[in-house]
This record gives sequence, structure tokens and C-alpha cells, in this order.
Amino acid sequence: MWKWLHPYSNPQTTYNLCGTLTPWFAGISAILLTIGLAMSLVFSPPDYQQGESVRIFYIHVPSAMLSMGIYLGMAISALCALVWQMKLTETSIAAMAPVGATFTAIALFTGAAWGKPMWGTWWVWDARLTSELILLFLYLGVIALHNAFEDKELAGKAASVLALVGVINLPIIHYSVEWWNTLHQGATISKFDKPSMSTDMLIPFAISFFGFAFMVASLICIRFKAEIIARNSMRPWVKALAMEKEAN
Amino acid sequence: MSFNSFAEFLHMGGYGFYVWLSYGFTAALLIILVINSKRKEKQLFAKISQRLKREAKLKQVAKQNSGKIKQEQVNPETVNTDQFNTTQENKG
Repeated sequence: MWKWLHPYSNPQTTYNLCGTLTPWFAGISAILLTIGLAMSLVFSPPDYQQGESVRIFYIHVPSAMLSMGIYLGMAISALCALVWQMKLTETSIAAMAPVGATFTAIALFTGAAWGKPMWGTWWVWDARLTSELILLFLYLGVIALHNAFEDKELAGKAASVLALVGVINLPIIHYSVEWWNTLHQGATISKFDKPSMSTDMLIPFAISFFGFAFMVASLICIRFKAEIIARNSMRPWVKALAMEKEAN
Repeated sequence: MSFNSFAEFLHMGGYGFYVWLSYGFTAALLIILVINSKRKEKQLFAKISQRLKREAKLKQVAKQNSGKIKQEQVNPETVNTDQFNTTQENKG
């Protein structure tokens, strides 16, 4: 595995890999999101209790799951950066944080917009909601740390430490609905039992989830490329690329 | 299909405002993120090529000036000010 991974410690190789992957991820995401959102907005049945407001969940649940997934990816990158001194994993944290922050904001906002008609309030200081809000602040903290230092290496290290420490929040978010008596409902999809959702709701959910997931992948690739360029601007290959772009 | 008319689709069984608010907010935020992500790399490349051009120009000026020193024995202070001025010009 190390032999297979080794070439990707070269920024140029990784940059090129991201370049080839991006259009595929973006294309798959566009197709899946079109189908998934059409299904969830028009073709899926209304819920017997929540009525049509259940349609908010086709973006709320995927974005909430992705907000945690991206954080997990960021924490793993931070671990690699701190333990094995991998420069590129440190770079990838800067690429992941803004995408993760956006999806956390979407999860919080869509949750509030569903909570207003269903719970009668936009916001409660409930364990699940509060821990998800903390996740947003962790993302913002990582972004802020990256911007706070002129020296990118120092910034990367500080952000890695924060990302790694913040990973404690992930199990808290996940189990918050079990540990505390909360207003937020329990898990529907991410549990070891069979998902408690009917198939004609599960299919549009799964399609939009993978649509959003591929969108996240393509966005991270795009941002990762930019972060690699920012950290290697003195390299000859970057200079050559810049001249090439200038000529076009 | 769970709606009979477009008006019914917009109404969303009374939850229209909340459903469309959620979808609208999500769409707006994602569009901003996509534009911001795409612009970042472009801006960086523009900056780098600008820097390269400036460096090339500075090199040229330095070459010309060193030629002058050999030919005319200009004192080094004037050469330095010359160089400084060119840098300022290029920045603007």
C-alpha cells in the first residue's frame, strides 16, 4: 500500500489526479442530484404525520450526515499530518473545512425550517442541535486558524490540532439522541438495524445522498487543487502551469 | 406523482414556505460555494503569472543596469534607486 501511495506525496501527481477526477465527480453529482431532488420534491409520497414538510429531509439528512463525514475525513487527515508529517494531508484540511462548514450550515438551517412548523420553534438548545452548532464553530475555527497565520505550515499545524481535538464532538452528535432526552428524533438510517423508512422514501433519499456526496467530492477536489497551488507557487511546474493558463 | 397541479406543488400541503425556504437556502449556499471554489484557483494563477512577469521585467532591468555600470561607471546608488522605481511602477 505504501508503494501505491508514495507517488501521491508529490503535489504535482495529486494535483493532476484531482484534475482528472473533478469532472467525473461533478458529472455524477449533477445526474444524481437532478434525479434525486425531482423524486424527493415531486414523486415521493407525503408522510402520514408530517405531510409535505417531510420533503425537507431529503436535503437535511444527507447534509447532516455529510457534515459529520467531512469532519471525520478532516480529523483523519489531521492525524496523518501530525503523526507522519504528511504535507499534503495538512493541505487537504484547508480544502475540506469550507465545504464541511457549508453543509453544517445547510443541515442547521433546514432543520430549523422544519422545526418551526413541526416543533413550533426555529431553535431549541437541545443536545443534537447544540452539538451540531458546535461542529459549525469547529469548522469555522479551522478556517480561521488557516487564515490567521501568514506562514502556511504553522497555520496547517494549528488547524490540524484543532481538527483532531474536535473529533470528540462526532460521537457526541451521533449518540446525543440516545444519551439525552432530546426533542430531536432518533436515528432512522445510520443504525445497525434495518432503516425504518419505507422504500419509496428511502430510494429518493439514497439518490440525493449520493448526489450530495459526489458534489462534496468534486468541491473538495477543486479546493484541494487551489490549496496545492497556493503552497507550491514557487515550484517550476506551477510556474509552467501559470504561463500555460496565461497563454490560453 | 403526489401533486395534481402546479399550484398544489407550490403550496406543499401548507408547508410551502418552509419547504421552499429550505431548498432555496441550500441552493443559494451551494451556488456561492461552487463559484467561490472555482474562482480560487483562477485567482491564484493570475497572481502567479503577474509575479512571474514582474520578475522577468526586474531581471531585464537589472541586466541593463549592470551593462551600464560596466560602460559608464555609474555609481551604485543611482542604479539602486532606478531599480527601486521600476519595482514601484510595476506594482501599480
